[in-house]
Amino acid sequence: MTLLRVQDLQIKFSTPEGEITAVDHVSFEVNPGEVLGLVGESGSGKSVTARALMQLNASNTTYGENSKLLLETPGESVDILALKSERQRRKVRGDLVSMIFQEPMASFAPALTIGSQMCEQLKLHRGLRRPEAKDLSIQLLSRVGISDAARRFDQYAFELSGGMRQRAMIAMALSTKPSLLIADEPTTALDVTIQAQVIDLMKEIARDFGMGIIFITHDLGVIAQTADRVAVMYLGKIVESGPVREVLHNPAHPYTRGLINALPKLEDLEAQLTPVPGDIPSPLERPAGCVFHTRCPQFSKGTCEHAIPPQHLVGNEHFSACHLHEEALASTLASAEHNQGVPA
Amino acid sequence: MIKSSPMVTKTSAVSIKNLTVRFPISKSMLGKAEYLTAVRDVSLEIPRGSFFGLVGESGSGKTTLGRATLKAAPISQGAITFRDREDRAFALAELGSKEERSFRHRAQLIFQDPYAALSPRMTVRDIIAEPLEVMKLTKSRAETDELVREIAAKCRLNVEHLRRFPHAFSGGQRQRISIARALVTNPSYIVADESVAALDVSIQADILNLLKSLQCDLGLTFLFISHDLSVVAHTCDHVAVMYLGSLVEVARPRELFASPQHPYTQALLSAIPSLDPDHKTKPMALRGEIPSPVNLPSGCKFHTRCPSATERCRFEEPVLQGSGGHKVACHHVDAALQAV
Repeated sequence: MTLLRVQDLQIKFSTPEGEITAVDHVSFEVNPGEVLGLVGESGSGKSVTARALMQLNASNTTYGENSKLLLETPGESVDILALKSERQRRKVRGDLVSMIFQEPMASFAPALTIGSQMCEQLKLHRGLRRPEAKDLSIQLLSRVGISDAARRFDQYAFELSGGMRQRAMIAMALSTKPSLLIADEPTTALDVTIQAQVIDLMKEIARDFGMGIIFITHDLGVIAQTADRVAVMYLGKIVESGPVREVLHNPAHPYTRGLINALPKLEDLEAQLTPVPGDIPSPLERPAGCVFHTRCPQFSKGTCEHAIPPQHLVGNEHFSACHLHEEALASTLASAEHNQGVPA
Repeated sequence: MIKSSPMVTKTSAVSIKNLTVRFPISKSMLGKAEYLTAVRDVSLEIPRGSFFGLVGESGSGKTTLGRATLKAAPISQGAITFRDREDRAFALAELGSKEERSFRHRAQLIFQDPYAALSPRMTVRDIIAEPLEVMKLTKSRAETDELVREIAAKCRLNVEHLRRFPHAFSGGQRQRISIARALVTNPSYIVADESVAALDVSIQADILNLLKSLQCDLGLTFLFISHDLSVVAHTCDHVAVMYLGSLVEVARPRELFASPQHPYTQALLSAIPSLDPDHKTKPMALRGEIPSPVNLPSGCKFHTRCPSATERCRFEEPVLQGSGGHKVACHHVDAALQAV
């Protein structure tokens, strides 16, 4: 069973300078108990996609006509984009979908204790009374590895260290038992030693609670260690997707290859760092055809700047949207035909 | 890549002796001032022409140490000596105002966030020219323009774009503007504080390559402060690891990454997520959190979290020592290193 089906998602923002396409015909799925990694650089549309699932995008957002965000849980099935009232949306946020943000300090209210914030949402979403909510919260705080949870329950966000705040954030997101957890750069503000602990915790949670996780990050190393499947985004498009092993071992799209080559690797200190040439285009000057053609080392004139490349199957459940695969396909077909033409 | 630049001589560009930096935080009820010790008794030589990496987690004091070498943090104890290209020495703790002016244009800082570091109301030309104008280093506007154009071209900025405002530029281009501004006064020493941390991966490599090539062309000495060990391993020719205001290990990157000696360095290295999904990262578990710099632990600063801490570590502070350029501050590796 699929937990989340994102179909043909298109998100546009109207701004004084013109309409900006942030997400362009994106489709993907998330299964229960699975961690889907969404990788991309700034402006790739990964956070906007996540916020669409929580209906948190600003009021100048328009969604495409055929866009669908289908969430299927054993009890019910909802299209998040079709929800009309704020009340229905509130049911999705927190009940079915929870989100962890990048900066845990900015996500907690500074003047309320951690405990009162955890209890508030349990009251709203699960109708628990204060003593029950408190017990459950303390239980969850210890579950995510916070020692002395009963004391932490009464503390304020500023009294906790960065790593502990992010754990409290995770505990809070889990407390309503959502079916889908969205983690938007949850480890970016953390030190490496703490990051490693948070990654382990997230994997454990996906396994134990059977929830689907969308893990958004710009760090391919974090993806390699966390995700089951990965989708690489560039300027609002998914350029490559597939099982994490496949994609990282045999990257098919020139952008994914570029990203991997630009990363410093500890195994080979002598290797030159190869940057992806050029700069990320401004969202107002979205390239026509393949969005990556302005920076692609394998740019082929006449094709890439005109035609939008379709998703090609390049391996086991491994897709890549690049015209190169057409040529490869054509040449295999041609050689196959050639071989057939030659009498045995 | 480790390249030796043409300007390498034997003297140090910056030599730090027993440096302590304290910040007053509050007065307790009895009127006794409390201090936060950001850097404690650090001695370090930054060789001329080196690309010196300084790594550590947040709160380790790496930024404060970098700033102290620019006389931008108070020197509570100890001494820092800066030597310029002509080998003139500047003792930072006792600079006169005239000397200070001459020090300022020889040592510069590149900031972390290219979005926050550039004034939105100034053109790129004015941003780059400002240090020259403030320090009155040029005699005419034509001379200023000439220098600005020259450094902009070296930093691979389009000279046509100098009349634009920073909002028109992407993160990578902005960082190149910041670099040009830092280099326009022809300094010999640059502190780059997390200068690629805010950049996207595809751009980061470009800026690192630019810094390296500028270092060679202009004969610069870099203090490169970063939390990212893989970036440091790739760019720097020396690395110092900091923890809670003290240096725990100093070595050449290849040696440090091949055989880290200090338990903290080992823990840091083990926590870097591997790019290979089949190679599961097994981070060494550290107990608890980094202690507060207001109440530093006794003895070895790392003993509260160290997996191999003993009684001795709790009382006796280890000294940074070792041979062949690889120095470690740990009671448990003294013997091993000396044997080598």
